[in-house]
Amino acid sequence: MSKIFAQGLVCPLDKNNVDTDQIIPKQFLTSVSRDGFAQAMFYDWRYLADGSPNPEFVVNKPEYKGASILLTRANFGCGSSREHAPWAIKQYGFNVIIAESFADIFFNNSVNNAMLLIQLSKTNIDLLFNRCQQGPQQWQIDLASQEIMFGNNAAMGFNIDADIKQRLLSGLDFIGSSEQLNPQIADYEQSRKASQPWLG
Amino acid sequence: MAQTLYQKIYASHVVGKLNASTDLLFVDRHLIHEVTSPQAFSGLKLANRSVRRPDLTFATMDHNVSTQRRSLDAAGETSRKQLEALAANCAENRIPLLDLTHPDQGIVHVIGPEQGLTQPGMIIVCGDSHTSTHGAFGALAFGIGTSEVEHVLATQTLPQQQAKTLKVEINGKLSAHVTPKDVILAVIGKLGTAGGNGYVAEFSGSAIRAMSMEGRMTLCNMSIEMGAKAGLIAPDHITFDYIKGKAHAPKAEHWDAAVAYWQSLYSDADAVFDQIVEIDAAAITPQITWGTNPEQVMAVDQSVPAPESFSDATKRDAAERALAYMGLEPGQKLTDCKVDVVFIGSCTNSRIEDLRAAASMVQGKKVAAGVRALVVPGSGVVKRQAEDEGLAGIFTAAGFEWREPGCSMCLGMNDDRVEAGQRCASTSNRNFEGRQGRGARTHLVSPAMAAAAAIAGKFVNIAAKPQGEQA
Repeated sequence: MSKIFAQGLVCPLDKNNVDTDQIIPKQFLTSVSRDGFAQAMFYDWRYLADGSPNPEFVVNKPEYKGASILLTRANFGCGSSREHAPWAIKQYGFNVIIAESFADIFFNNSVNNAMLLIQLSKTNIDLLFNRCQQGPQQWQIDLASQEIMFGNNAAMGFNIDADIKQRLLSGLDFIGSSEQLNPQIADYEQSRKASQPWLG
Repeated sequence: MAQTLYQKIYASHVVGKLNASTDLLFVDRHLIHEVTSPQAFSGLKLANRSVRRPDLTFATMDHNVSTQRRSLDAAGETSRKQLEALAANCAENRIPLLDLTHPDQGIVHVIGPEQGLTQPGMIIVCGDSHTSTHGAFGALAFGIGTSEVEHVLATQTLPQQQAKTLKVEINGKLSAHVTPKDVILAVIGKLGTAGGNGYVAEFSGSAIRAMSMEGRMTLCNMSIEMGAKAGLIAPDHITFDYIKGKAHAPKAEHWDAAVAYWQSLYSDADAVFDQIVEIDAAAITPQITWGTNPEQVMAVDQSVPAPESFSDATKRDAAERALAYMGLEPGQKLTDCKVDVVFIGSCTNSRIEDLRAAASMVQGKKVAAGVRALVVPGSGVVKRQAEDEGLAGIFTAAGFEWREPGCSMCLGMNDDRVEAGQRCASTSNRNFEGRQGRGARTHLVSPAMAAAAAIAGKFVNIAAKPQGEQA
């Protein structure tokens, strides 16, 4: 079975430890909406102090316009728990991020926004960056077979947690699936009250 | 089977299994604030869901409140809207809220413990990465995103998978002027900003047992800065004494039963950890960050490292970028480095003990010319106590600004910001590029180090001379 989760242009962001303050700076966190964060993504890198686009920043380069796959390095998304970070990245147009590693909270937040985060060894990440040096890349991501397909029958496999894969493939409702256990939640609440009455 | 403290807490909160590797865990306490909750409440409403346990939910205003005056509009129009949204959501869902008019209002991770909401053995979550702070009480506490906030509001549970376990054992006695902040910075320097990814870190050893609750909170607070899901410290009599008598502590009729349960919360002697790190407390000296992530840290008497000194290409590259951003040269001493701004505050270091340590460096002295220095207490409770103890007077007489409680300059969501190119000695937790303001250069230090920098106008090795004699 083949299931293309995503396909498109790859933008290589060659940095380690990209933190959530870089992904979306604090001045955009006062919103009460889930939308409208695309312009804020990587704000301090993407725009110069006068507000004009920084032509040196990779996302702004014409050859990466319209990219939907973000390739980066280790510990991406470290720092704050702000879900505004994956919101901004997804609203900009990326729905796949490939990296050597991710910070835990950022990873969970992204999955909860139906984004696919692919973790690969440093060696494989280096190989992918090498590919990008040869010119703009168009890749397909097959989630069912767990492969990044480069075209011309070349591909690289990846591992993914079985539950996350299932959630991404079936689009399960995050809260709805837990609500299936409502009777158990009620039982737990009762026994908790009996054994640890100080907890309320 | 022998269990770690983390495994005990995890097991006692399993409501049921969602699938082979994911459990649904019950959440004992859900703390919320204005920044990461509005979209969760909107989502709840959109799906026609209600808050399952408002009695286990607790709210405060902290991230974007003004620390200059107690008014919702004091930090700008969008902040006002967000604060009003929190107030409306809490009123509508009967969630208790410490708003700006409440005398105990403060930073969520300061008020949780102060109000007795934080107790051993609990699972505590909050839409804030520094929720790890509450692990100081032997509670499993971690930050979550807004989708998860919505999930907890709706079900009082959260899907989780078992994390790996890391033991950080710190034995020995800390030297004079070396604080829990220096300890955690040294630990992060050793393990790296991603060293704890996938782990829950338990801190143990004689140095931890000797720490106050304030110190333990500072330690656990920054465990997220090495990527750990949570920090944990087994509760003991210091923990129980801290909790006793707090507003939401177990009442007298339940106290003995609660303590008996809390005393069972420790890692069994033969429990197996996935990784163990041992650190000699006596070898730790006052720390200061020189770069743009917390692992880029050194002893204050060391010189700024040369990028070439890192054998790992990634670290070399990161050091190069960091030095360029920070305006520093390899080999430079930070004790020669002028500071423009001093910030004493944040969920890491704004508690009474932090303010006492800072005040001890300041008493009878003046802030150096050209330095802007702020003290932002973590809560109304801390503020009143510091005023009663005369600490506020010491700070203001020296030329520090004495502010109202809030997150303030740690992340500059309100109007407390560091200007581009300015160098800030900060007691907060993140020295990321732009964190305190675009182009701001942050050096993370302990409260005593920050206070000494304010007086000297540059960084000082406070361990080099007896207290009170630095230049």
